[in-house]
Amino acid sequence: MSLPLDDLYREIILDHYKRPRNRGELDPHTVRAEGNNPLCGDEIQVDVRLADGKIEAIAFQGRGCSISQASASMMTEAVKDQDLKDVAELVDIFKRMMHGEDVDLDELGDIEALEGVQKFPVRIKCALLAWTTLEQALDEAAEETP
Amino acid sequence: MTPSMDLGRLRADFPILERRIRGRPLVYLDSAATSQKPQAVIDALVDCYRNYNANVHRGVYSISEEATEKYEGARDKVQGLIGAAKRESIVFVRSTTEAINLVAYSWGRQNIGPGDEILLTEMEHHSNLVPWQILAAEKGAVLRHLSVSEEGTLDLDEARRLITERTKLVGVAHMSNVLGTINPVKELGRLAHQAGAVMLVDGAQSVPHLPVDVRDLDCDFLAASGHKMLGPTGIGFLYGKTELLESMPPFMGGGDMISQVWLDHASYNDLPWKFEAGTPNFADAIGLGVAVDYLQAIGMDVIREHEKQLTAYALGTLGELPDVQVHGPRDIDIRGGAVSFCLGDVHPHDLAQVLDQEGVCIRAGHHCCHPLMRKLGVSATARASFYLYNTENEVDVLVSSLDKARAMFGQFGPAGN
Repeated sequence: MSLPLDDLYREIILDHYKRPRNRGELDPHTVRAEGNNPLCGDEIQVDVRLADGKIEAIAFQGRGCSISQASASMMTEAVKDQDLKDVAELVDIFKRMMHGEDVDLDELGDIEALEGVQKFPVRIKCALLAWTTLEQALDEAAEETP
Repeated sequence: MTPSMDLGRLRADFPILERRIRGRPLVYLDSAATSQKPQAVIDALVDCYRNYNANVHRGVYSISEEATEKYEGARDKVQGLIGAAKRESIVFVRSTTEAINLVAYSWGRQNIGPGDEILLTEMEHHSNLVPWQILAAEKGAVLRHLSVSEEGTLDLDEARRLITERTKLVGVAHMSNVLGTINPVKELGRLAHQAGAVMLVDGAQSVPHLPVDVRDLDCDFLAASGHKMLGPTGIGFLYGKTELLESMPPFMGGGDMISQVWLDHASYNDLPWKFEAGTPNFADAIGLGVAVDYLQAIGMDVIREHEKQLTAYALGTLGELPDVQVHGPRDIDIRGGAVSFCLGDVHPHDLAQVLDQEGVCIRAGHHCCHPLMRKLGVSATARASFYLYNTENEVDVLVSSLDKARAMFGQFGPAGN
């Protein structure tokens, strides 16, 4: 088995890790969710502000490996100003990509760079952490506003 | 390297060490998680399945007698290794985890009541925390924990304060799997006994690496795992003083642990079989016996000395790097070869991933010690751990491989990491 490390640590991933976008807390926020990966101890908090069926603003903070933090940073850029319906679709595509399914990479933009993670099974959970936490936040928001 | 150990010849006994990863020699620095196996242990498993595989304690035919003899012989070897007075004290289980659960379920349910205290430490592995949490919740007992100092040690004065007549059990890791700290379990056991409490030693990290003598320690229970001491996975043992084991109810019911069975009741077998319900893992127990022979042929004191020198070398090279922080004691006399560290802001997972590229296997994560990670103020650490087959050259490979991680992740790292 020989996997080039460059497949995992693409330049754009390292860039998001070193210069995370939308890092911090959001005040006010519509909903806040926390996620953690008990296997690695990675932790993340995602704040979302919703307006008119869109994600008006989003921020994350937490600690963890480059993959978990870069994935969170890239996710916040991708979902900002997006309709919730489109966000749900993006989350679904991303999760399917991480589980090794063929997906339309054009839909993903920069996030496509995380495709290499699925060749490193133990790191998939790192990449998914922000996304499942966002999903949890949006589910909670949906429950609160019938 | 100790003169009494020919490392080149010894390494040749471990076939996996010939493996190459991405064209580079395998540098296995994760023996605290599981150890590699000498050919003699691998051969013993093949020999058992090939030549005398038959259920033990049952057949009157010769290969069953042979299997029984070898299985019980393995028990004698374990007894000899830890200096137990009686073979009845050695109960074969799956792992250290199962051994501790056996004590918590059997002894604990019989002896722990509301308000009773169980004293553990902040550096325990989850396997010596969670069984007691379950017991305490069920019985209304109180859990207390000895704190871990900055240096990664326990404080006997705190132990004197916390061990009282309310204390019913003291449970402590002999050697920390994260910090490498060798804890003063003999002194703690004395304090426990003065208060009328029982002393359990988690020997998962000590029995493979140090001379351990239960009569010298005077502990009531000692738990250990075979796979960390050159043996197969799925086999471990519990040592218990026979008077305690006699007084305890069975852990699991089934075949082999009984003397006679009626439809509504049963009488139980003698020690140690009272605690070995069902067909035991005899093949792996026999493999463990061969591992014990291997360790004893070298000598536990020789192994300890080799690891001491290697750990000193690691602390003097790795530990002296300006961007490396090593957790745990610096005093080589009170620590073993599990060396946890952090490289600057580089997350341990990223570090381990980059080292894997160089053929270097280290562990990254919380090492099943969430409370200790919180105490250290980290979410994870990297850990290199040594055994008798590791060399100074392998430590050098580890140290030089850190440059790759520095180049990729160094100096940046997000704030708050």
